[in-house]
Amino acid sequence: MVTVLNQNTTTVARSTTWYGSALRGVVLALAFVFFVAPLYAGSKFSLQNNAGAFSFSSLGDLTKAQGFSASFLLSTELTIVTMIGVLFLVVPTVIFIHLRVPSLTRALEVVSLMPIVFPPIIIVLGFMHEAPGALLVWPYHLAPMYLVLTLPFVVRSIESGLSALDVRTLVDAARSLGSSFFVILRRVLLPNLSSALIASSALVIAFVYSEYTMAQFQQRPTLPVWIAQFAMSSGHISTAAAMVSLLGAWVLLSVVLLIDLARTTLRTKRSESA
Amino acid sequence: MGAGALGRRLRRYALNALVLAPFVLIVSYFLFYPILKVVELAFQDHQGHFTTANMVAITKNPYRLAFSTSLKISLYATVIPGVLGFVLAYILSGIKNPIVSRLVLAGKGVLANFGGVNLVFIFVAAYGSTGYLTQWMGDLGWNPWNHGFNLFTFSGIVLIYSYFQVPLMVLIMTPALAALRPQWREAAHILGANAFTYWRRIGLPVLAPALIGALTLLFGSAFSAYATAEALTSGSIPIVPIFIGNFLDGNVVAGQENVGYALGVGMMLILVVLAIVYAWAYRRSSRWLRS
Repeated sequence: MVTVLNQNTTTVARSTTWYGSALRGVVLALAFVFFVAPLYAGSKFSLQNNAGAFSFSSLGDLTKAQGFSASFLLSTELTIVTMIGVLFLVVPTVIFIHLRVPSLTRALEVVSLMPIVFPPIIIVLGFMHEAPGALLVWPYHLAPMYLVLTLPFVVRSIESGLSALDVRTLVDAARSLGSSFFVILRRVLLPNLSSALIASSALVIAFVYSEYTMAQFQQRPTLPVWIAQFAMSSGHISTAAAMVSLLGAWVLLSVVLLIDLARTTLRTKRSESA
Repeated sequence: MGAGALGRRLRRYALNALVLAPFVLIVSYFLFYPILKVVELAFQDHQGHFTTANMVAITKNPYRLAFSTSLKISLYATVIPGVLGFVLAYILSGIKNPIVSRLVLAGKGVLANFGGVNLVFIFVAAYGSTGYLTQWMGDLGWNPWNHGFNLFTFSGIVLIYSYFQVPLMVLIMTPALAALRPQWREAAHILGANAFTYWRRIGLPVLAPALIGALTLLFGSAFSAYATAEALTSGSIPIVPIFIGNFLDGNVVAGQENVGYALGVGMMLILVVLAIVYAWAYRRSSRWLRS
């Protein structure tokens, strides 16, 4: 069974000498220390009270801290508004271009790379000068900016999800059975794209909860902005908040990827037994 | 009949334009327009008259120093994490356990996107002058702060950037490494090549475009990072994004009201060059990845 699953994996032709594996082990161990040691220090520091003894008090204080729940709420609302935009505007647009206007695929790719070439600090520089006051009053005006900034990973993952499918055949089959574009989208394409959708949603969520530059200059007290400001009064609480958001993002993404793994394994098993 | 076909075609164009309109509007207003505005304002004085004085100003100090510091930090924060990330990506690509590799993937994804404020607090707790890791290393007889390390200056920035640059490198290089076919290695081995010869004559030349592409991406990410440097040094390190940030906060010198926009244009010029190198490298490397 397992060997069938691993059909495509390369048979290892690497050096399997003892010093090769020893070297590999040492590098992996060092990398592990490099990445985990700061996290350990961060959690140790945040799980201390002011006297230096172990305690969960800073986590409790965090939820009670002035401004925390408001900033958490704002970040959450921004995440929801951004996600709505991603799912109902960006994703259908990418699929539409892929299916109906393939000549624009290249242009879409260029547009989706632009937020990497032109970083937030530059976009905010131009935006601040020009934005009409009416827009700045809308509490969620950061959401369309986040929508634009997350294009690189959303477009890329949907595009690669689409090219992994045999879209032409699927669409032709659905059409010949009389489906409209929206039925094709809802019943054929989106279910097949669910892994790509889930993975990019997780990245969007992680992004919105940690974006600092734009929120700070537009004076929106989102979670990261609050953390930075609150650090002045308590390092323990700020570090606790930082740890919670890092671990939260990690757990979120791990769960998403493990669910995806479980599903693909299940599907493979089902198709094998069929 | 010709007219009917033309009509159908026009209708289709109209429909396409209608469907794409909301997306195009949002991208234009929130992405293209601000960028163009920065370019326009860079060539104006504060009364709106055309001038090149801003662009001239950024070639002089303190802005010249800002650009050279930015480039130096980016270079260090590209080369060191680049090499480490490459080695790590190679080793990790040997792991076949699907659960472990999914967890590692999630970790890479989070860490690569995890710059900014949160990271700074964790690093202060770890590597600050009284941080835990600093103390432990001191107990072992080597306190980095006594050997020229300072978390809040150049060396600290490079260290903290490495924390997201290494995972970024791993993330980018993993698909490229998958393109290295084991058959090539076997063939080289049969022809008498050792590991070193294999890497020098086959592995690295095949990966070269992907490596160049990944390094330009790393350089760009270090060059444009703002939040981490700002939160870590409270704006005291002289790099270009920090200067732009000061400008946005309203700290401007009289007569230089629009220099901030010129700094933006300067950054964009460097980033566009990087993007062109990246595009070239990407096209070259996808030649191997595709088949």
